[in-house]
Amino acid sequence: MPDSPILSHAFPNGLVLIAEPMESVESVAFTIRVPAGTALEPSDRGGLSAMTCELLLRGAGPRDNRAFVNDLDNLGVERGESVSDAHVVLRGATLAKNLGPALEIYADVLRRPRLPGEQLEPCRLTALQELAAVEDEPGHKVMLELRRRHFPDPWGRPSQGEQAALEAISLPEIQEFYSQLYRPNGTILGVAGKFDWPRLKEQVGELLADWPMLDEPPIDERPPTEARAHLHHESNQTQIGIAYPSVPYRDPDYYVASAAVGVLGDGMSSRLFTEVREKRGLCYSVYASHATLLDRGSVLCYAGTSADRAQETLDVTLRELARLGDGIEAAELDRLKARIKSSLIMQQESSSARSALLTRDWYYLGRVRTLDEVERIVDELSADRINRYLAAHRPDDFTIVTLGPKPLEVPVGVS
Amino acid sequence: MEFREHVLPNGLEVVAECDAQARSSALGFFVKTGARDETDEVSGVSHFLEHMVFKGTAKRTADEVNRRFDELGAHYNAFTSEEKTVYYAAVLPEYQRPALELLSDILRPALRQDDFDTEKKVIIEEIRMYADQPPYGADDHVRAVHFGRHPLGRSVLGTVDSISALRVEAMREYFERRYSPRNIALVAAGKIDFDDLVRGAEEYCGRWQPFDAPREVRPAAANSAFECLYKETSAQEYCLQIANGPSATDDDRFAAKLLATVVGDDSGSRLYWELIDTGLAEHATLGHYDYLGTGLYMTYLCCDPEFAATNLQRVSDIYRRVERDSINAAELDQAKNKINSRVVLSSERPRGRLFNLGANWTHRREYRSVRDDLDAVEAVTLEQISAVLKKYPLTRGTTVAIGPVAELPAPK
Repeated sequence: MPDSPILSHAFPNGLVLIAEPMESVESVAFTIRVPAGTALEPSDRGGLSAMTCELLLRGAGPRDNRAFVNDLDNLGVERGESVSDAHVVLRGATLAKNLGPALEIYADVLRRPRLPGEQLEPCRLTALQELAAVEDEPGHKVMLELRRRHFPDPWGRPSQGEQAALEAISLPEIQEFYSQLYRPNGTILGVAGKFDWPRLKEQVGELLADWPMLDEPPIDERPPTEARAHLHHESNQTQIGIAYPSVPYRDPDYYVASAAVGVLGDGMSSRLFTEVREKRGLCYSVYASHATLLDRGSVLCYAGTSADRAQETLDVTLRELARLGDGIEAAELDRLKARIKSSLIMQQESSSARSALLTRDWYYLGRVRTLDEVERIVDELSADRINRYLAAHRPDDFTIVTLGPKPLEVPVGVS
Repeated sequence: MEFREHVLPNGLEVVAECDAQARSSALGFFVKTGARDETDEVSGVSHFLEHMVFKGTAKRTADEVNRRFDELGAHYNAFTSEEKTVYYAAVLPEYQRPALELLSDILRPALRQDDFDTEKKVIIEEIRMYADQPPYGADDHVRAVHFGRHPLGRSVLGTVDSISALRVEAMREYFERRYSPRNIALVAAGKIDFDDLVRGAEEYCGRWQPFDAPREVRPAAANSAFECLYKETSAQEYCLQIANGPSATDDDRFAAKLLATVVGDDSGSRLYWELIDTGLAEHATLGHYDYLGTGLYMTYLCCDPEFAATNLQRVSDIYRRVERDSINAAELDQAKNKINSRVVLSSERPRGRLFNLGANWTHRREYRSVRDDLDAVEAVTLEQISAVLKKYPLTRGTTVAIGPVAELPAPK
């Protein structure tokens, strides 16, 4: 099947519209990335980005809070929002015929939010409860704490913020955060599924082409402070998070590095799954994945296990990380290639998945890799090349965070 | 889109929705067995067996099973519920036959003692993982209290004790009692070569020995109770509430789903406006789930412990108001729009269709197209909603709360 052409248009105010038609679907999905994530929060206002997003969705343009939700529900728009370090991400998916009215509503959110004062306290309560809920999900919590310690601040901040900050955030602070950061330059709108491109381009132009640009705010980085941490938690299990540096998405070696991580911890024949779970029965859940910022990347590993077996789990996991540096086998790579290829094809069955990937590629690369291009890159991967890369970049320089009833020992010689 | 069906001489049913336009093929074995088919002595065996199915066969080790799935680039998994155990894989169309060969092979697991011992540790880790995540404890308990001795009151996971005590012989016996080809359907969706599917099923499953695998299906009596479980380490308070609803063979189930959407969807519903929009709860939803013989409405509330008592009262007030006045036409239309869109979106992937197809077939031996489901939802009237509310009151049920609140008053 031929690749769908990727369509894109950059408006003079910096807004990028990027779209991919999909023949086999009746739906359309959109993803809007606005450069107003947690990295842009003042350091004593953790959670401001998420609270701003929450208040943004409580009335915009001609619609109050109730009309906003009702109208989107009537349009059958399945929606969600999330906050990452760089972006606020707004997502929607619906039947193709409802795209126009849905985009109109979202343009109001971006440009004419009411930010109603009477909704501030409900937003605050929501934010505080989301923060509290993390305490009841230890596996989630350990990975948030791992990111916070591994990445240089302001990267790696959790979207849930801090209790004291959530209690203190004021309406003027939210208004200021919105008015200084929500802007067309840096915003990416991705659309995938069934749509008419000329009409879509025209509509987005009408809605957003005269949205005024703003200056990009500077970001001050501070180096990470602690590479080891144990958080006490009265629980049955101990949660283990391990991170180490890798390359970013835009690096020519990205797929090489990412394939090595796949061999390590993606799928049920991966090394971590085989050694930690299948052979020793230490864990229900264990994995490794690749995380990326614009200019650097990392590998994040997770394992959760009973407190009395946690030391063994940590030891086995670290041993596997060390062994990865010795290289991988061709058969391991072949299995991974098969998984990647079927994932690429199956992405084409989901408008939501594609619209999210369009905006991700654009942010990290400034363009979108077609499926053909990715397939070619994957085909060209060889065990030799991966092993040369691993020899030069052995997993090292670990950040290790544990959460549970008692701390673990990191073996001597592990840095 | 074409529906095809075939029955093997040993009773194994093969059904498929073939879509020549699809890019992938989804296959699954739907075994009509789950927690409701267990006894106290083997509580959790269905789910443990589901894990053991991946641990090797007469001709493959566990490693070889995992490696083969990955070689095929399969997106695969399995799950166990109260009444079914499902093994599935989504692959590119050229791998339909090898994927079927692999799934068929693992459906006759070796159940070796040493694999059993290792996997037992994994199951216990799984239970301990959930034990650290509220509302664990309340979920099994609310079912047990509500259904009493009815089979739907059983736990899917079992307990650390029941799993520790389980012997491999008991699992083998359970397998011999439940995994009859007469009790299994091979279901497929997406780009499917149906003739080849049947040929493959004959080759790989034709020798499976048939026997009867009966199941007790009776309506459940609705218990009414209110309990509060104390869990000091929990940050939030969690409340689960079960009320009886239409079963999987009851045409009222469409009205029940629409009603649950109006009252307790995660967006724009009555619970949403009262509890989520106001920030009083982190989560407040009502869902309808159908089983053979009975169905249920499940309310799930998660909130700051301080608000738990008043929130429960609010939920109860909302349900009482709905029972008294039913819902209005605008609410019904909005719910139809939402469900309409969700049905279409979830059907775009063969994997999404597979579960729908399998549920319809295992529950009712019925094929329903996407259009059939959309039409059934569209046809529901306000009168039907009122009738369902009378038959299955939302306020009559069992509530179990778990969290740092030692005692909660039952709502008035």
